[in-house]
Amino acid sequence: MAATRRLHRLERAALQGVMVREVVNFSSFWRSSTFSSTVDPTIYLLAFGFGFGSLVSTVAGYDYIDFVGTGIVATTVLFSGAFPAMYSTFVKYEFQHTYDAILAAPVDTEELVTAEALWIATRTGVYGCVPMLVAVVFGLTPSWGMLLVPEIAALAGFGWASFGIFIAAKAKAIESFSYWQSGLLTPMFLVAGTFFPLEDLPTWAQVLGNLNPLFHCVELVRHAVFGFEGWEDVGHLAFLIAFALASWRLAIRFMERRLIL
Amino acid sequence: MASAAISMRRMVKRFGALTAVDGLDLDVPFGQCVGLLGPNGAGKSTTMKALTAQVIPDEGELEVLGFRLPGDSKQARAEMGVVPQLDNLDVSLTVEQNLLVFAHLYRVPPNKRKKAIERALRIANLDARRASKVDQLSGGMRRRLLITRALLHEPRLLLLDEPTVGLDPQVRQGIWALIDGLRSEGVSILMSTHYIEEAERLCDTVTIMSHGKAVAVGEPHALIREHAGPEAIEVYGPPARLTEVEADAQARGWRTRRTGTSVSILHSNGAVDLGGERRVTNLEDVFVLLTGEEIT
Repeated sequence: MAATRRLHRLERAALQGVMVREVVNFSSFWRSSTFSSTVDPTIYLLAFGFGFGSLVSTVAGYDYIDFVGTGIVATTVLFSGAFPAMYSTFVKYEFQHTYDAILAAPVDTEELVTAEALWIATRTGVYGCVPMLVAVVFGLTPSWGMLLVPEIAALAGFGWASFGIFIAAKAKAIESFSYWQSGLLTPMFLVAGTFFPLEDLPTWAQVLGNLNPLFHCVELVRHAVFGFEGWEDVGHLAFLIAFALASWRLAIRFMERRLIL
Repeated sequence: MASAAISMRRMVKRFGALTAVDGLDLDVPFGQCVGLLGPNGAGKSTTMKALTAQVIPDEGELEVLGFRLPGDSKQARAEMGVVPQLDNLDVSLTVEQNLLVFAHLYRVPPNKRKKAIERALRIANLDARRASKVDQLSGGMRRRLLITRALLHEPRLLLLDEPTVGLDPQVRQGIWALIDGLRSEGVSILMSTHYIEEAERLCDTVTIMSHGKAVAVGEPHALIREHAGPEAIEVYGPPARLTEVEADAQARGWRTRRTGTSVSILHSNGAVDLGGERRVTNLEDVFVLLTGEEIT
């Protein structure tokens, strides 16, 4: 009678169950989600591209459209990774009680968080390329290296989705997101080497920039498109992996505190 | 092999200074329907949540379907269905999509998913509304969907947390028929409720909870006989008269309880010299006598 089949951590069936829920739900809101995730970065791209691009023709050895058209991938990763993770996680546990239902099924918090982050990362991998492809229309030179961009965007997206879930797990009210957004995320996305290079900034700003996962995403994407720089890019990749792992564990830990009493 | 679907021993759960569950014993034998009765704040929901390991007890032992909790909770959850008090359906999805999602979450094998969904639609009598979005359903339909969603994987144990709270009387009867049907199929059921009539009709045994403790356990009718006697006298009148009756009855060592516009006198052995009408005792009398609290 008593089942002998031991269930393990991070089971495929559980991850799949949570992701199926997301995919089915996505079919009813993909338009608004795709719009908000891709249009904002595209506007930044065009604003900087035309506005700033009319003042400078080359930056750090790149044509400005090449510089900003690759850097913008990281902005999209933030917009389509961290923000949806923050809001949807908070809404799902606080208002819709979705996570109560899921955790009553054979799914643990670890699997729930992992599946949510994987799904957002998948979307981020796709969305991340959209403004870059827009930039191609405006003169960014296509290259085979662009095929690596979805993978880089998905890896960075997993980290940012996890970080967003962590923020939601800590938040007492949805209003507290403003502190994270204005105090941390906005400065990070501006000082990531997307719109202007960090090299000319004061040392302290460069140090801070190097701690910014978005900076490493920007660099890795740029080098994937225009040519890798050896060990430097191994470093960028390692930083992104470490950020993803740390955020993932942090998200699980704080969601457990939130969901398991 | 486990001897009972649920076996809880001396469970304690504290939230800061508040002890929500205070040394609770609870048994649900296989194939029986057990009611967990108590007012708001008695610890029913905390007890229910411990059974899915969404609450981790501070003390005590807990076994569900032979699995020790919280360690093996996921195995237990794979074989039980949970109907929450708060509606957590995906409102922008259709009835059928909601069931599809949970067929995945409950790991119904791919070749059986379609059949399981059809069966669930039939049980809940929602066949005709399969393509409707949840936010277009009535309250009763939503509750039926919530229940049938928990039955997709044919669980051996069903947890129902206040299954008819907030529903119209005739809708409630429909839900009762559904639950009774499951019970007759041999599904073990634990149901928390604060509707006395619901417990009387559906439960083989009830556990009455107050302040985190079980104050009485037994079959509904045995509990009524034991604690409330065979009948009660119910006296109606203006408030001043009711106060007078209460004092009089208590002076004779009888127990009383206020029921809105009347006073019920219990254990008076049919003495009607205070005036009033005889009526059959019920579980509510037991409840109020034991906990000193009105239930609704």
